[in-house]
Amino acid sequence: MSKLTPIRRSTAPARPNARRPAPELTAAPRDYTYDGTFEGLLTVLFTIYDWRAAPNSIQPEATAQTGLFAQPAHRETDEALAARVWEGLLKIMDKEARARLYHVFLSEDPDRELLIFRYVDLALRTAHDVSENYANADVRRVQRLAQQMFREKHRMEAFVRFEKTADELFHATIEPDFDVLPLLAAHFTKRYADQRWLIYDRRRHYGLYYDLTRPDVVRFEPETPQKSTELSATVLDEREPLFKLLWQAYFDHVNIPERKNMKLHRRHMPLRYWKYLSEKQPREVRFEPIRNKRPPGEANLRLE
Amino acid sequence: MPIWRLFTTFKAESQPSLMNERIQEKLSILADAAKYDASCSSSGGKRKNENKGLGNAEGMGICHSYTEDGRCVSLLKILLTNHCIFDCAYCVSRRSNDVKRAAFTVDEVVDLTINFYRRNYIEGLFLSSGIFSSPDYTMERLVRIVKKLRTEHKFNGYIHVKTIPGASEELIQEAGLYADRLSVNIELPSELALTTLAPEKNYQEILTPMAQIRDGITQNKEEKALFKKVPAFATAGQTTQLIVGASAETDLQIIKLTDSLYQGYGLKRVYYSGYIPVTDDARLPQVTQPPVIREHRLYQTDWLMRFYGFHADEILDPAHPHLDLEIDPKLAWALRNRHVFPVDVNTAEYEMILRIPGVGARSARRIVAARRFATLTLDTLRQLGVVLKRAKYFLTCQGEGQPILGELSEQQVRRQILFGAGSVRAALVTQQLDLFAQAS
Repeated sequence: MSKLTPIRRSTAPARPNARRPAPELTAAPRDYTYDGTFEGLLTVLFTIYDWRAAPNSIQPEATAQTGLFAQPAHRETDEALAARVWEGLLKIMDKEARARLYHVFLSEDPDRELLIFRYVDLALRTAHDVSENYANADVRRVQRLAQQMFREKHRMEAFVRFEKTADELFHATIEPDFDVLPLLAAHFTKRYADQRWLIYDRRRHYGLYYDLTRPDVVRFEPETPQKSTELSATVLDEREPLFKLLWQAYFDHVNIPERKNMKLHRRHMPLRYWKYLSEKQPREVRFEPIRNKRPPGEANLRLE
Repeated sequence: MPIWRLFTTFKAESQPSLMNERIQEKLSILADAAKYDASCSSSGGKRKNENKGLGNAEGMGICHSYTEDGRCVSLLKILLTNHCIFDCAYCVSRRSNDVKRAAFTVDEVVDLTINFYRRNYIEGLFLSSGIFSSPDYTMERLVRIVKKLRTEHKFNGYIHVKTIPGASEELIQEAGLYADRLSVNIELPSELALTTLAPEKNYQEILTPMAQIRDGITQNKEEKALFKKVPAFATAGQTTQLIVGASAETDLQIIKLTDSLYQGYGLKRVYYSGYIPVTDDARLPQVTQPPVIREHRLYQTDWLMRFYGFHADEILDPAHPHLDLEIDPKLAWALRNRHVFPVDVNTAEYEMILRIPGVGARSARRIVAARRFATLTLDTLRQLGVVLKRAKYFLTCQGEGQPILGELSEQQVRRQILFGAGSVRAALVTQQLDLFAQAS
């Protein structure tokens, strides 16, 4: 029966939404700067609609490229306004879509601020959820950046290697491609609830420290004379070298030499992550596979 | 050394370095012997860290590392011992194989697991064993380890326990209380092969515990719906493994078996392990290379059956009992069923879009979502992630595309896809096929 009814695409404009229509941005476009925080960006978003002035550019103040004629409008971060915008976003998108925007912000993509604005503006002016409108380039870009962030976060959950110190702190250093440390807190807090740990982002000079109750962001004096963040052997737990060695032995022995496939190996574990992976560090002695096979033709050799 | 001595209480030796060397040797032997088990997954668990203990195993699995063969390292995969009273021809730990033997103590396994986990090396433990003394004696040790991890050490990481063929119902039941996943390996895809190559095993001994685990999981789910506090039972389900290439089964036989395991036993996964020559036993094929491409095609077929709505007998039939090594099974199906193409991506059902070669499950979902907003073009499809190199022969959008399928023969499409501009696969496949030719 349904076969006989052709699918009719409605040509009428979208059903008027219950919420207030988005204000038209009628004023002359402006350049905005903010303090580089996500709250600051949310404050700018509020201002754009408050002033009805679309952005030419939105840039962190510290790195802003000022044009010859235009004086950028700097917005001080307003926590209350930011919170209001953050809550308000839920009226036009679901929680996952909103979280994606935060992830896009952390991606450090040069176009991230304007992309977030364009996405929010599209969501404001579309009656239904835009997050699946893959035909739109901005939606695809947001999805793509969020996906990249997710992948990097997932890699960090996998590739962090802790070393135990003599005072029972588990310490790890990372250099992720994007600023994913804030996204790692929940995972590691749930996982290592009963041990103190510190994950330090060496590229962005800050760390995440868990003290058995909650994780906190910690900063160190920028580049102390001791340049390396590697821990010297004296402060390590006495069994730490043993477990590192056992892990390397394990890693070498679960490999099946007959199936060697370095291309696949590198695709899954790109070279740039090897620096902090203990199993990819040079060995004092190589762990050779156990000679446990009798391949055809070798039976005679064994009799010698 | 008599077997019973291996499991006496572990005494710390006077020199720690000697002790360390001993544990390192054991780990080397028992990891090396466990590596032929393909199962690596650490997903699907529902164990949360609610007791302020160590570890958390809800949701997604994590691959912590990758070995040089490109396989993932997710769990500490070891045997408790490689002593075995069985003499299965395909197995490195078979009784008659002259290899170094070793055995862990319960405490050694617990200590290794905890310390590897704390350093974020692993997601948890995969514990299997050779059969020493008797199946129940072995199984009892495995249960003792997982019980100790869960109760004494409040360990909430992932645990996968291999059940020992012939172990009693009570022990399997108890293992399921502590493990997230249980598995029984079928290994040989037909009863005939099993009786020839593993005379001490039989299908009944494999299928009985499998059915028991299935019923345990179902019962556990029903009880959970009724009562608030029910102890978990193998919440990540059960899996099995089939060795490919050690015996003469066709791919059709293998995927039929797989299908019946998914349908009849509710398995989460069937793993395929390409046979790697380990012994010079005359009952085994004398090959030099593991059949990696065949294994890959079987996995693709497995995915088609689980996520793409294909039935086993659509993919292969008695006239075509083997998977095509050159092209993937979905493309092979499409080439045999050209009458259902081209598919119009702007109007076709989701189920049909899933069947277009070059369109994965994610692209299919995106196509169905995106076309509510706008009519799709070839360009949008490419940006959605569709592999047009293969897909373009089988789809249309808005009259765009290549409605030329009808004019080309199966062989022509095949050749264009395989050897078209920039195709690197062709060379790889030819290379591997050469290896097969040499081997047979």
